[in-house]
Amino acid sequence: METVPRPGRGPQSKKNKPQAKRKKPRRYWEEETAPTAAGASPGPPRKRKNLELGRHRQKNSHSSKKSWLSKKSQFPRKSQEQKQPGGEKKPGPQRSLSGFQDPFPGPAPVPEEVARKFCRIDRSKELPHSLPKTRSKLEVAERVEEEISAKAARSELLLAEEPGFLEGEDGEDTATIRQADIVEAVDIASAAKHFDLNLRQFGPYRLNYSRTGRHLAFGGRRGHVAALDWVTKKLMCEINVMEAVRDIRFLHSEALLAVAQNRWLRIYDNQGIELHCIRRCDRVTRLEFLPFHFLLATASETGFLTYLDVSVGKIVAALNARAGRLNVMAQNPYNAVIHLGHSNGTVSLWSPSVQEPLVKILCHRGGLQAVAVDSTGTYMATSGLDHQLKIFDLRGTFRPLSARTLPQGAGHLAFSQRGLLAAGMGDVVNIWVGRGKASLPPLEQPYLTHRLAGPVHSLQFCPFEDVLGVGHSGGITSMLVPGAAEPNFDGLESNPYRSRKQRQEWEVKALLEKVPAELICLNPRALAEVDVISLEQRKKERTERLGFDPEAKVPFQPKPKRKGRGSTASLVKRKKKVLDQEHRDKVRQSLEQQQQQQQQQAKPAGVRLSALDRFVR
Amino acid sequence: MQATKMNVTQAMQDLLPLNQQEELVDLPNNYPLSASEDERDSDGERKHQKLLEAIVSLDEKNRWKLAERTEACLKISELNVSAEGSGEKLVLSDLLKPGRTSSSLAAMKKQLNRVKFRKTLVLPFNKKEIEQIYREVAFNKASQTLSKWDPIVLKNRQAEQLLFPLEKEQSAFVHNELVFSGCKARTPLEQEVFNLLHKNKQPVTDPLLDPMEKASFKAMSLEEAKMHRAELQRARALQSYYEAKAQREKKIKSKKFHRFVKKKKANKTLKDFDQLCKVNPTVALDELEKTEKTRMMERMSLKHQNSGKWVRSKINMARYDLEARQAVQKQLAKNKELTEKLQVISESEDEERGAKEEDPLVLDLVNEIQMCADGPNPWMLRNCNSNTKKDEIQTFPVQVPEPVVQKFSKSEEDERSAAEEENFLEEFEERQSFGKRFQLNQETKPVGSQETKDSSSQDILYKLRALNQKFNKENHYSRKQTVSQAGTILQGQREESALEEEEFLLLQRPERIQILEELEDLGKEGYFQNKELPRPLLKWEQMKRNPNNQTDAPKEQKKEQMIDLQNFLTTKSPSVKSLAFPTAIEELEDEEERNLKQMIKEAFAGDDVIRDFLKEKKEAVEANKPNDVDLKLPGWGKWGGVGLKLNAKKGHRFLIKAPEGPPRKDKNLPNVIISEKRNICAAAHQVQVLPYPFTHYQQFERTIQTPIGSSWNTQRAFQKLTTPKIVTKPGHIIKPIKAEDVGCLSSSRLDLSVIQSITAQPTGNHKKQLKKTFVD
Repeated sequence: METVPRPGRGPQSKKNKPQAKRKKPRRYWEEETAPTAAGASPGPPRKRKNLELGRHRQKNSHSSKKSWLSKKSQFPRKSQEQKQPGGEKKPGPQRSLSGFQDPFPGPAPVPEEVARKFCRIDRSKELPHSLPKTRSKLEVAERVEEEISAKAARSELLLAEEPGFLEGEDGEDTATIRQADIVEAVDIASAAKHFDLNLRQFGPYRLNYSRTGRHLAFGGRRGHVAALDWVTKKLMCEINVMEAVRDIRFLHSEALLAVAQNRWLRIYDNQGIELHCIRRCDRVTRLEFLPFHFLLATASETGFLTYLDVSVGKIVAALNARAGRLNVMAQNPYNAVIHLGHSNGTVSLWSPSVQEPLVKILCHRGGLQAVAVDSTGTYMATSGLDHQLKIFDLRGTFRPLSARTLPQGAGHLAFSQRGLLAAGMGDVVNIWVGRGKASLPPLEQPYLTHRLAGPVHSLQFCPFEDVLGVGHSGGITSMLVPGAAEPNFDGLESNPYRSRKQRQEWEVKALLEKVPAELICLNPRALAEVDVISLEQRKKERTERLGFDPEAKVPFQPKPKRKGRGSTASLVKRKKKVLDQEHRDKVRQSLEQQQQQQQQQAKPAGVRLSALDRFVR
Repeated sequence: MQATKMNVTQAMQDLLPLNQQEELVDLPNNYPLSASEDERDSDGERKHQKLLEAIVSLDEKNRWKLAERTEACLKISELNVSAEGSGEKLVLSDLLKPGRTSSSLAAMKKQLNRVKFRKTLVLPFNKKEIEQIYREVAFNKASQTLSKWDPIVLKNRQAEQLLFPLEKEQSAFVHNELVFSGCKARTPLEQEVFNLLHKNKQPVTDPLLDPMEKASFKAMSLEEAKMHRAELQRARALQSYYEAKAQREKKIKSKKFHRFVKKKKANKTLKDFDQLCKVNPTVALDELEKTEKTRMMERMSLKHQNSGKWVRSKINMARYDLEARQAVQKQLAKNKELTEKLQVISESEDEERGAKEEDPLVLDLVNEIQMCADGPNPWMLRNCNSNTKKDEIQTFPVQVPEPVVQKFSKSEEDERSAAEEENFLEEFEERQSFGKRFQLNQETKPVGSQETKDSSSQDILYKLRALNQKFNKENHYSRKQTVSQAGTILQGQREESALEEEEFLLLQRPERIQILEELEDLGKEGYFQNKELPRPLLKWEQMKRNPNNQTDAPKEQKKEQMIDLQNFLTTKSPSVKSLAFPTAIEELEDEEERNLKQMIKEAFAGDDVIRDFLKEKKEAVEANKPNDVDLKLPGWGKWGGVGLKLNAKKGHRFLIKAPEGPPRKDKNLPNVIISEKRNICAAAHQVQVLPYPFTHYQQFERTIQTPIGSSWNTQRAFQKLTTPKIVTKPGHIIKPIKAEDVGCLSSSRLDLSVIQSITAQPTGNHKKQLKKTFVD
């Protein structure tokens, strides 16, 4: 579900921290392009003139600035917006007190496509005939929806930030652009976001960003656990747990940290003090945190998927996946369903309230290596031991939309907020980009590639920052990936610049709005549906109890007629006429049904219709 | 009187013993006691006789017959009068009648009669019934009064928000002028503001209404408007009454009544005329002339064949008089001649004729297509059709007959468009043929076998016919003018092109669907290199490579739609070309790569993932199926025992098959198992009862689909969505609604006190009145 943007609250906190203002990914491009774009008309992105030359020059002298970083100019959109009301200007003069005419009469027009995004009423189903009373209610509901969507669409205007991106000139492959080049081109604040932590001592690292994207926690295989505010590089804690660390994850806020250690799951606070040792979750390999449900999902070596409610400290469900060791896990941010990858090439989807997998998909011939789900819950990327990378459609069909064979299977996958896909293959990270937000990335040309010091062990895009965090055997690398993250954040929901007080308030609010764990199912909008089965059951029981159906149609009773025409015979005749008509209708319907059934039988069951089927007899 | 006497005797009989009774029998009869004069012996005889009679009469039902008077006697008792013998009914008045009629008694008789014929009074209603009637009347009145509130109630029910206590909103608005009149610029700031306003010619006082408008506003007050409206309503009602009355009278069939009415009218006119004579003789003369003239006109028009006086007399005479007969016939003939209607020659006939000429052409067109449709190939059909048409178009200028020349410019245009269409057609044919080849080339695609072709051609035929009909209707108009073959052909062509467009649209879809499959196929054949090639090229190449596949294509029809699981997993996707290869395998040569793949294959040869998955899916499907009920018992209908096999046929008879549930969601998805288990925990949070005005769950779902939380809505929208239905002021008394609060209803009629007065027990006077009305 689209949530309404509330960017108005963001800037307030920004003002308090002028330095932190730099956060927007767009900002560095802006400052970059500002001098070069001076005087140039705002239009299509400028192209670099002499590609080869420029590249040579770069190598020779690092002073030259690059111009291939561009951003979508805001101007054309604004001018359109200005034109729109002008076009709709009515010729009729509207008199005001002073005789002054409003050049833009009436309320500002609402962009329809945007408004449609906020319309949630499903009009695909035909409604049965409704009584006038009901119809008035329906009309009210539709009117309200229209109003609300218009309001939401209007407020879209407040989303000032736009995502940046890389653009190659004259067929230049953006994948050839190295991190060093990007860092050189961007402003200093953004350049500071690219860094490497050389931690060769404590083995491959797992990392995790907090939900606001401000904090980073990482844990090395050999027991090194640290958390830091990665933007300011301020270390929060650093400890060695003296045990193998399998996975690490922030809980709802950056104050709590769950670490899957060799034996048990432990929870630390931001000063490195151990708060809990959860012995019911043992030999955990992977952790996932469901922020709206306050659930910590753990997948263990013993094959159990355990849900721990961190708000009350209770284990909600422990599900046996019956598929051996679990070491591939991902969550679907759209519906909070957990995806588990198994060694038999299947991916299973789990909800804590159902003991068996909701869906089981056969994806690969070999075992699964990595799974990732994009933020809209539309696509799932999987990679298997058969060296394939596939993208599946999660909207009911579960079919592979695209597939590629990689030279070495991708060991780790991650989707960014805007749908960029990163895959870690050995010591190389490839990033693919789709066109527009949440569109399927075509796996043909990588958008960016980067080689690391060691094999990749963990991948995550930082929320609200154009940064990809990579944990590898040589430490941690923070990569710059232009256009990866959502440029506008919701100041009340996940504010990177929030103070301690704000965080506490948010925590209380979030706890109050906690979604029960039972509500996790494939369709998150199921709550807006009526439980038809129990409705029918109730109806049936009621009729049984009463001995008759109170909602059944009343048998036709002819009106008594006057002037000597109301004889009993005519009454009976009229009654019979109506009965016969009904009977005829029934027979007709049943005949039609029979015909349909015959047709269905004639057609092979379960075959999708194609346009050529009409010629098949 | 007789009856009373009989009663008395009977009572006495009951009282007295039997022997005495016998004596008593004659007592009432009052036999003359002077019988002593008769002889003694005869007396004894008579007694005996009596006894016998009494005994005989004992067993009869009516024992006490009235005695007959058999012999004359002097003294007749008045108590003993009976009319038995006479057979007449005794009337009371007869008894009163004296031998002679006396006038003094007549009045009394009349009085008696009147008494006799007067109806009895109806019983007054008892208390219960009266109360019931009162209640009914009161109910009717109260409901009528209350029904005036209905719109307000409805409005309040549908209102988004209600504010209590109710306050009458102030409708009177204050003019700007009034506000400004008291306002004077005192402070320097105010003065400045006023200065600014004056400088910019901003009106300080109300400029919006000029005096004319104001006057018009004041012209009609509310009361006046109401009165005016009421008057208008009354007039309208009266008119409608009058109309209804006139209609009713017109419908009356009685001739007598109509005659009466006519006479009345005539009388009235006469009277009027007389009056007019007195008042204004000249006008009356004119009137007279006018009436005379109308009479003459009527006579002249011979509207009345034989209803006139003269004609009637002639008809009477016609039996005997030849002349009269002739005159009558002449009259009739004349009447016929005069009343005959003139026949207007319509122009539409020509059009019809034109249309008729059209039809064969259209039919030709259809026939042509039919002929073509018999051909083996539906795709070729279109080809040849369009070809023939092209030929016709080429010969078109030759065929054009002379009269169409003046329309030639138009037809030229048509030609041009036709040429364009031709181009389009060719293009389209190319596409089609391309599509066709594309299909043929697909191994798994069903390509028209003979039957499919037939059906498709029929389909096309049907469509064509329908289209032709439609276009007949549409173009009827234009064709009327240019009756030329060419025109129809052009039209036909246009239709054809439209049809083809439609087909084209239909065709495009499967193509798109197939692309993915095709890509996989490509991968299988190892086309890694031509990844950069555009897709159409690839298709062509593939087409070139396997033209032989066409023959065995139609066999696999059903298979093709389901994704072959094996196929789908084993297909190799094109590999990614990346600049940076992982260091581990960067040095790998092609051979080594192949080796590696071989190794992987070998590694996974043992565990057949696909088979396992299919098995699992099968199990899941089986587990979810409803179980059949087996009512078999050992030994039923057969010998039982160890080692005996039950007859399958018989066993079948005892099996109750479970009804098939809804189709599984993963029926068409071979690589997916979707659990059919219901999420009970989530269902507990869902709505389970439909609220009142909704009759179907889908209706209700629509109203709850919009989220109201602030995380999905803007703050304003959230506030609007969560406004309370009722807002009350704390510490204020909420009084019941009054007519004044609503405003639109007149207060006197709508008060609840009226209802109370109705429901209260009626007073004595009122009661009397009511009684009167109901008794009558």
